[in-house]
Amino acid sequence: MSDNLVEVRDLSFAYADRLVLQGVNLAARRGQVVAIMGNSGCGKTTLMRLIGGQLKPTQGQVRVDGESVGELKLRDLYRLRRRMGMLFQFGALFTDMTVYENVAFQLREHTDLPEEMVRDLVLMKLNAVGLRGAQDLMPAELSGGMARRVALARAIALDPMLIMYDEPFAGLDPISLGITGDLIRRLTDTLGLTSLVVTHDVQESLKIVDYVYFISEGVVVAQGTPKEIRASDLSYVHQFVHGEEDGPVPFHYPAPAYAEELGLRHA
Amino acid sequence: MLDGIAAILRRMGARTINSIWRLGLATRFFFLTLMYSGPSFRRFHLVIKEIFSSGVLSLVIILVSGLFVGMVLGLQGYETLQTYGAEESLGVLVSLSLVRELGPVVAALLFASRAGSAITAEIGLMKATEQISALEMMAVDPIARVVAPRFWGAVISMPLLAALFSAMGIFGGYLVGVVLIGVDEGAFWSQMQAAVDFQEDILNGVIKSVVFGGVVTVIALYEGYDAPPTAEGVSRATTRTVVTSSLAVLAWDFVLTSFMFRGV
Ligand SMILES: Nc1ncnc2c1ncn2[C@@H]1O[C@H](COP(=O)(O)OP(=O)(O)OP(=O)(O)O)[C@@H](O)[C@H]1O
Ligand SMILES: [Mg+2]
Repeated sequence: MSDNLVEVRDLSFAYADRLVLQGVNLAARRGQVVAIMGNSGCGKTTLMRLIGGQLKPTQGQVRVDGESVGELKLRDLYRLRRRMGMLFQFGALFTDMTVYENVAFQLREHTDLPEEMVRDLVLMKLNAVGLRGAQDLMPAELSGGMARRVALARAIALDPMLIMYDEPFAGLDPISLGITGDLIRRLTDTLGLTSLVVTHDVQESLKIVDYVYFISEGVVVAQGTPKEIRASDLSYVHQFVHGEEDGPVPFHYPAPAYAEELGLRHA
Repeated sequence: MLDGIAAILRRMGARTINSIWRLGLATRFFFLTLMYSGPSFRRFHLVIKEIFSSGVLSLVIILVSGLFVGMVLGLQGYETLQTYGAEESLGVLVSLSLVRELGPVVAALLFASRAGSAITAEIGLMKATEQISALEMMAVDPIARVVAPRFWGAVISMPLLAALFSAMGIFGGYLVGVVLIGVDEGAFWSQMQAAVDFQEDILNGVIKSVVFGGVVTVIALYEGYDAPPTAEGVSRATTRTVVTSSLAVLAWDFVLTSFMFRGV
């Protein structure tokens, strides 16, 4: 058994003819929280979908627990996914079910546990995210942050070996931010899982993660432990960690010259 | 000039090819649905829930429309039959038109706009809010869990709705013909009983409505599943469901009728 639960080798991926990832290499050790950072639109969600097997690599390989995700047959892929949890960027709760039923969903689909057992497990998972009291609410009655915590409870319902979080910190107030960060760390340690966190919240994630990868323009441009990252003098990392506007990451999407577009200068 | 014509031809060609592609994809989707129908029957409560949301919730509109269509049939039929002194056959006219044609067809058209559009919108939104992706990531096949139960729910509720539509229609015809105008009640019912054949009329009507239910739902499900995951995409898909499935019902009605009532 390899030390790495997730291994990504020379991974390239293109939507139609738009190359998003071009030769990404990264690995997540068992029991660690690994962050993947990068500016908006650099392909983080795409990378998660590749690891979850929802997209197939154009080139390269993704291995999860020793299995090459892109080459699995559907049945084997589903078997592997039962041991993965994914937290979607906006929760993706089932809107026609209560919070309780959402968390119970996988237990009902994949196990034949008696109702009392399902109930105990659901309440345990909801308690872990601090929302036992919200079990009877519908998803529409939750705030964005609460919805994401319910989604987290749903993702850990079957005690997966790997959880992928897509932007768990986006749009949270500073208190929820800290709580969510602690939660990710605590769940990883107590349940013995491995976590992959996609985020652009540098400060919050540096507090809780074991290892960080920076992705830019489809490749990993920097990596290291939080300590190494904070000390890094790579300009890209520096810009990201300190939130500077100017640097190698442009704020603007490529565009014709501003003045020209406004018609101030005639061609 | 020539360029303009070429552009128009090219657009028409592209549209044609696109339609054929969609037809093929929808057919494949239909077979996938059949293939993944196992869980729908093993866990029948999933189907029952869909029978409720597409069948039971369409009841009111079906019953009310059935009543009015039957009443209109009673009026118009009486007018025409009276000229030949055959107003006692009113029961036959009303019941045969309903059971053979209007019941299955109008109920299916109403079903398309009431339940079909709801199915498309629901699935489209589930996709837009990543619920379908979430199902996949939880190792639950969305076709088996979301699509197939809705399909079977509709296929089961459609003939029942059509039957209720016809029953309400016959009642409407009775109200107008017998109660209001005063056609002989005994003749109304006994002629109806003698003229309506179980296999020829009732069974064929049931077959029609099963097919219509399947056609409408496959289109609704496919459009929802295929919709671009945006507000605009879902709304366009919903419109397309109503238009396409209504046309498909009418076209299939012609095909089925021409097979069923050849000898008549
Ligand atoms: N279905 C799709 N078809 C075509 N292009 C896509 C599709 N999904 C994403 N893209 C493109 O791929 C790129 C990467 O998208 P992705 O969603 O992975 O970014 P991200 O890093 O998760 O961004 P964010 O931080 O804003 O969530 C984007 O530039 C986007 O335009
Ligand atoms: Mg993203």
